[in-house]
Amino acid sequence: MAQPVFEPWNDPNEKPLIQFKNVSKRFGDFTAIDDLTIDIFEREFFALLGPSGCGKTTMMRMLAGFETPSDGKIFLSGQDIAPVPPNRRAVNMMFQSYALFPHLSIWENIAFGLKREGMPRNQINARVEEMLRLTRLEKFARRKPHQISGGQRQRVALARSLAKAPKLLLLDEPLGALDRKLREETQFELMDIQEKTGTTFVIVTHDQEEAMTVASRVAVMDNGKVIQVATPADIYEAPNSVYVADFIGDVNLIEGTATATGEGTYALHWRDGVPPLTVTTPQSFSDGQRAHLAIRPEKISISAEKPAEAANAVMGKVLDIAYLGNISTYHVELPSGDIIKAQTANTRRISRRAYTWEDTVWLSWTATGGILLAD
Amino acid sequence: MRRFFLIAVPYAWLLALFLVPFLIVLKISLSDAAIALPPYVPQFEWSEGIRAFVSQLDLENFTWLIEDDLYWKAYLSSLQIAATSTVLTLMVGYPIAYGMARAPQEWRPTLMMLVILPFWTSFLIRVYAWKGILSNEGFLNQFLLWTGVISEPLQILNTTTAVYIGIVYTYLPFMILPIYAALERMDDSLNEAAEDLGCSRLSAFWLVTIPLSKGGIIAGCFLVFIPAMGEFVIPSLLGGSDTLMIGKVLWEEFFSNRDWPVASAVAVILLLILVVPIVLFQRNQQKEQEGET
Repeated sequence: MAQPVFEPWNDPNEKPLIQFKNVSKRFGDFTAIDDLTIDIFEREFFALLGPSGCGKTTMMRMLAGFETPSDGKIFLSGQDIAPVPPNRRAVNMMFQSYALFPHLSIWENIAFGLKREGMPRNQINARVEEMLRLTRLEKFARRKPHQISGGQRQRVALARSLAKAPKLLLLDEPLGALDRKLREETQFELMDIQEKTGTTFVIVTHDQEEAMTVASRVAVMDNGKVIQVATPADIYEAPNSVYVADFIGDVNLIEGTATATGEGTYALHWRDGVPPLTVTTPQSFSDGQRAHLAIRPEKISISAEKPAEAANAVMGKVLDIAYLGNISTYHVELPSGDIIKAQTANTRRISRRAYTWEDTVWLSWTATGGILLAD
Repeated sequence: MRRFFLIAVPYAWLLALFLVPFLIVLKISLSDAAIALPPYVPQFEWSEGIRAFVSQLDLENFTWLIEDDLYWKAYLSSLQIAATSTVLTLMVGYPIAYGMARAPQEWRPTLMMLVILPFWTSFLIRVYAWKGILSNEGFLNQFLLWTGVISEPLQILNTTTAVYIGIVYTYLPFMILPIYAALERMDDSLNEAAEDLGCSRLSAFWLVTIPLSKGGIIAGCFLVFIPAMGEFVIPSLLGGSDTLMIGKVLWEEFFSNRDWPVASAVAVILLLILVVPIVLFQRNQQKEQEGET
């Protein structure tokens, strides 16, 4: 049975759960959030991605109620949340430091929010047990936070923030303190839990892989502005700016001037005396406009001979090889001095590398392999 | 070997400066008063031997303490004054420590300095200064008269109130510093988490801040209670004739009555009373340290 694709952002009838409308936040002279408008839908796993200091944490703290916008409005289910204090919002937050209460046991930590609600005792018990089961912490219920491991603490923090069944769960760098292996496992756990509980998650992270893995949509932020909001695949394959292309993953950026040669097809003149590059792209450019070709290393193939039918082919010399186990990245220096990275998957075990340092190779890619971006 | 020396130094210190004097006091408390120098018998004579010396010691002074209700009352009144002033010091000290821990980072060393600053002046001089403030013609009364709050001077000096003021003032830093230390290392996000989970500011303070500063509160209370219990200077300078404190009784036995054996017995019992809170304090400190690791 095919599941319907989850993309409420493309459905005009769908009402967003959270709306930021022209929100700005200033701390003195410093503008943390600059005129931000964004919609987040129910059941979404929404990632705010950006370098530190880009305003993503400020945005989250405004949702939690610890900061108020200097300008603009934030709506939760259509209701302006500015006058609602943090303790009355149907929003819970998982803190970066986890902020577990050290004087309370795991059980009491999870029950903390429920007790404040004045929930009857037997319901609290049932809910805490449920949360413990969900996060596989049953065995540790009686321990204090300092008696369990980092990964377990992370799960306690998650259980505690989910216990009150919030409409919206905010996760501030939730996996930052875990080591790589545990982080990857936990990412899938998070997605699983998000799906099971049907809660809307907003996650703040500076780790692009994490954002790509868990999120239904990613907002790439820089300097208090949202640069692009799209699905992970779109962010990666169709970045809307050089900043996004460069921030997410590895990319070759080739600067030149564009000339239209057909419907959506352009020739990019990038160096004198070499043939222009052909690229098909959705954005339109005027003739002679400065543009960057952004192409991912894995879209570039490498061969010893000039490929017969390639839209783009350039010759160069292997300068460096980065062997990463599963893939190898070749840094190829062109006669013009430009360096282009090409990636190949190491599909066979112990195969002799076809190319080595100082070899002359041809790099080629299709017209649709890259994307043309304005300055 | 190095370890042994490291441990031996503090132990030798305690032995020489605490245990030996205590044993001397204990011995005097078992002796009888006499008009002599020093004013008690028996004196230890090598020629008579230890047996003869021990046989002359008795518990007479302790019986006396139990029979005369002056001492009972003094102990109880000291306990009560020490306990009340500990609570008062906590009530004054906690907000100060809280304010310091919440102050901007760059201000904290200065605030800390201000708390410690009074120690630069002699304790005796500072208590004397309070006489000038609290007396009928003192600054406080003059100020209150000038503002018109009162029409005739308040009698504060030479009352138990003045003793409370003196104790709270003197021991305040001992309360502030441990509480400040506990609050300062508390993570701010804990309070935010409590609010996020439905606490008001006040209940977050009650359910998170107070329990997490419990160690500091307990340490501060003992640091105030223990010395306040045996306090002598403050009640004798600021208190009146009705302020009964064991430290004062002790002083009078020693210097007015010159009854060293009874005075020593008073001191021994005071120490025994104080052993309880001291042991509790030790336990608390140990638990704190275990909690950290």
